[in-house]
Amino acid sequence: MLWPPEIRRTPSRFRNPIGKYKVHRGPACIHCGQCADLCPMSVHHRFGKKMLAPKDELCLGPSCSEKEFYCFNRCPQGALRMVANPNLQALRDYRWPADLLLSTWQQAETGEAPQADIEYRLGNSGGGFDRLRLRLPSPEHKPFSMSENEEEVSTAVVLNRRSDGRPQVRIGVPFYGGGMSFGSVSINTMLSRARAAEAWDTFSCTGEGGYPDPLRRYDDHMITQVATGLFGVREETIQRVRIVEFKYAQGAKPGLGGHLLGDKVTPAVAKMREAVAGNSLFSPFPFHSVYSVEDHKKHVDWIKEINPRCLVSVKVSTPTDVDMVAVGSYYAGAHIIHLDGSYGGTGAAPDIAKKNIAMPIEYAIPKVHRFLSEEGIRDRITLIVSGGIRTAYDIAKAIALGADGAVIGTADMVALECIRCRNCESGQGCPRGIATTDPKLSNLVVVDWGSQRIINLYAAWRKQLVALLKLWGLKSIGELVGRTDFLNHLDYQQGEFEDDDIRPFLLRGNGRRGL
Amino acid sequence: MPKKYHLNPKSAHPRFVSPGPFGIIEGDGCLNCANCVKKYCVYSVFRKRAFDQRQLFDTADSLCKNCFRCVQECYGRILSKTANPEFWSLGDDYWTPEIIVSNQSQAETGKIPVSGGGYGGPFTGPGFDSMWTDMSEIVRPTRDGIHGREYISTAVELGRVPKQPTFHSDAGFFHDPSLKSSPDFPELFGMDISPRVEVSLPVIFDLLPYGSFNSAVRYAIAQAAKETNTLMVIRAEDVEEDLRPLASNLVPLLPSGPAPNLAPIISWARMVQVPFTSATKVVEQVKEIKKINPAAVVSVRLPLNPRAEENAVALEGGGVEVLHFIADERGREREASSPRFIKDLIYNIHLRLVKDGCRDGLSLIFGGGLAMAEHVAKAIICGADAVSIETTLLIALECRVCGRCAREMSCPVELEKIAPNWGKQRVVNLMAAWHGQLLEVLGAMGLRDIRRLRGEVGRAIFLNEIEKETFGRIFAASDQKPVMKKEALHALAS
Repeated sequence: MLWPPEIRRTPSRFRNPIGKYKVHRGPACIHCGQCADLCPMSVHHRFGKKMLAPKDELCLGPSCSEKEFYCFNRCPQGALRMVANPNLQALRDYRWPADLLLSTWQQAETGEAPQADIEYRLGNSGGGFDRLRLRLPSPEHKPFSMSENEEEVSTAVVLNRRSDGRPQVRIGVPFYGGGMSFGSVSINTMLSRARAAEAWDTFSCTGEGGYPDPLRRYDDHMITQVATGLFGVREETIQRVRIVEFKYAQGAKPGLGGHLLGDKVTPAVAKMREAVAGNSLFSPFPFHSVYSVEDHKKHVDWIKEINPRCLVSVKVSTPTDVDMVAVGSYYAGAHIIHLDGSYGGTGAAPDIAKKNIAMPIEYAIPKVHRFLSEEGIRDRITLIVSGGIRTAYDIAKAIALGADGAVIGTADMVALECIRCRNCESGQGCPRGIATTDPKLSNLVVVDWGSQRIINLYAAWRKQLVALLKLWGLKSIGELVGRTDFLNHLDYQQGEFEDDDIRPFLLRGNGRRGL
Repeated sequence: MPKKYHLNPKSAHPRFVSPGPFGIIEGDGCLNCANCVKKYCVYSVFRKRAFDQRQLFDTADSLCKNCFRCVQECYGRILSKTANPEFWSLGDDYWTPEIIVSNQSQAETGKIPVSGGGYGGPFTGPGFDSMWTDMSEIVRPTRDGIHGREYISTAVELGRVPKQPTFHSDAGFFHDPSLKSSPDFPELFGMDISPRVEVSLPVIFDLLPYGSFNSAVRYAIAQAAKETNTLMVIRAEDVEEDLRPLASNLVPLLPSGPAPNLAPIISWARMVQVPFTSATKVVEQVKEIKKINPAAVVSVRLPLNPRAEENAVALEGGGVEVLHFIADERGREREASSPRFIKDLIYNIHLRLVKDGCRDGLSLIFGGGLAMAEHVAKAIICGADAVSIETTLLIALECRVCGRCAREMSCPVELEKIAPNWGKQRVVNLMAAWHGQLLEVLGAMGLRDIRRLRGEVGRAIFLNEIEKETFGRIFAASDQKPVMKKEALHALAS
């Protein structure tokens, strides 16, 4: 397999991509083409004797004004004008503000951190990851060298730490894809994610909706989920995979099972789930056969018996006693404890649950990491976390707080041009063709396009992680685990904060013009 | 087991189209394509749109679901979206546009709000947003009452619960049947059998905060109180003849001091309310009321102010059975220079009464700023027995919290013109949705009875505590280490 996977530029599938700025070319334009000659970002194009409509999503914005190729004051006719894109006012999401959507789309397009002044590290939630900052080392304390060779830094994570004779499973990047069922998302979306997982030697997850046949090609990179509804769970599907995940709860609706509303239960979905088309499917909560660690162990043993080569992951949400839950899972024989904190989630959930869920993952990670360390079992279980992890910086922060790796859900969707309108659950589902089972809408996402977008996003993230590790002088992502001394918190530290933007490092020597 | 509590929501359409959060703007330069993107809107917005003649706007903005397909696919690039100021100027920073619109849609459909794609709101916030309920029970058996397979009770009893039954030593009374039917039976035994009122939802309807309404609004809300089996506080002078059939759901608010002409009202009420003047005066008034109707539960209406805790302690044992504390309509302490939030005050008062060993001598109802179903659960976790709502009732009736009525201007949604049945159904629908959400919370916590939630702070995560416990431990102690200057960093890169 080619490592790292090839990045190919994969533009938006829509005619009018959304940029941070809007470039207007006024009627005074004489189609001289000077702007097209100037702009290294290819905003302006001349076709024959005519200028085409500007590709304003590529524009670098006001930060470009210091550059010699700034077009707006070089236009002989003064015909060019730049304004902030008013469309962005309609993207009001604290966790995924417009900048983060745009920058994630750009990373999915180019495989690089965005060049324009678009925030790609932080959301606007006002807490948690958005109040944490990375503390980059001072040169006099830790001299470092930025080598061009990324491969001397390892981003791999091993998942089996029990030394129980089961095979080792290693993921190439410190994150894998979270469970999204067939039914909640389309088969094309699932395939895009699975293919990207294969390319990056990591995993994607079937969720709780069965194991559609087209995914069989990716058996070695799929996690199959055993959740409370047991939809589509068969011994045969469990035997296919290298990791089986028990979903006890999920961060977006802990204490509640999965919801798949009737309109999305098409005949194909119903067949997979052995249910009736058109009927809403509510997974029960919880596993009514599990009320103790011993019951839980029986479950884990059952899976281990059916599939002797698989690792077992246990996905739980984050109640106040999450540390006890984690220890219990370890003693029951789990290889991976997957904490799904609040504020994440891609599926349908009651609003009251989405907001009031449980403990935000930022708190749960240090709590569990510390408790497992005190119990002396931290190095024998893999701690994977999810629930609102949106960027490479979130991953770095989660790992520095004590996690081994992260699970990604929403960011994958955003790579496929999800705009977070949050209508995934109703009617036929996603109007943008991602979280839908409507055949016509599903075809809006082509697997080649979708997988490349996710591959690109992961590539951009990995570059950022590698650059950070190098700045810190670390050889592998594993050395970052629990290094809270690399973090600052805005609420605790006085004084000015340094901008932890590492873009200058990332952009150096990558062959791009201009910057 | 009591009869299952079930509400029947029926769709009650809004009389006014509410503004959508984002507007669609169409610029010049339409190419008149045969394949116009408007034809292919997934939600058929452009086919369904109309001009709302009463409010003078295009309903497209209210129908649009903000998927951006048309904006991104238009050949002429003439469509764009932007924030709709009509929407974002609804209410204020406490009664936010989102809260208003969400309650209104619950009042329309009676359904629990469900959406996809995770939570997009802020990490935390003031007031009730600085705590999370812990709906994450995975160890103890949970309940699945949401889908009707297991009954979860949301009923609470308002009134005094004696610590233990007390009897006269002469047990012979037990054997005298004639005495048992005597109205003096409890006293004869020295038994404390205080009257109690059971409501099926821990939410009672309070006086409307503003607006000048005719009796139709009150009638609609009183009807809804009956249908949802809860209580409605109403000024004694507003109890008109047509409300008499609903008497068992009304809580007449009496004036302070003696009011001999109100004796008939006191005699039929299951619960009456008196305003707080001073502890001694209130206790006197309670005695008067109990003389007229010993079976009436007496509640005292107090401002939630800095003296609330002392007042609660002073009133305990004086024959008062329920305390109804009222914060301001934004949930803040009254008459305080730096007002605390209602949830903290609930917790303080609850804990104080627990510490004094007399918590069950009183039921505590709190009102002011309760805007969402989650606030009910959170208030109860902090120690309330029940809550009261006021502004929220008006929102169910399409109020937009614009404050025009307070300035004696006309109501933009013509609240004075509502049909009582429509109004009743809107409030019932809202309560049905809130009931459903309480079941979600209780089910997810593994509780079968909302009374078990009272004061259960272990079912919640408080921001300040969890911060201290986790980030406080990590960051508060660590000394400031040198941080690389931005310029130095960038110099290295170039």
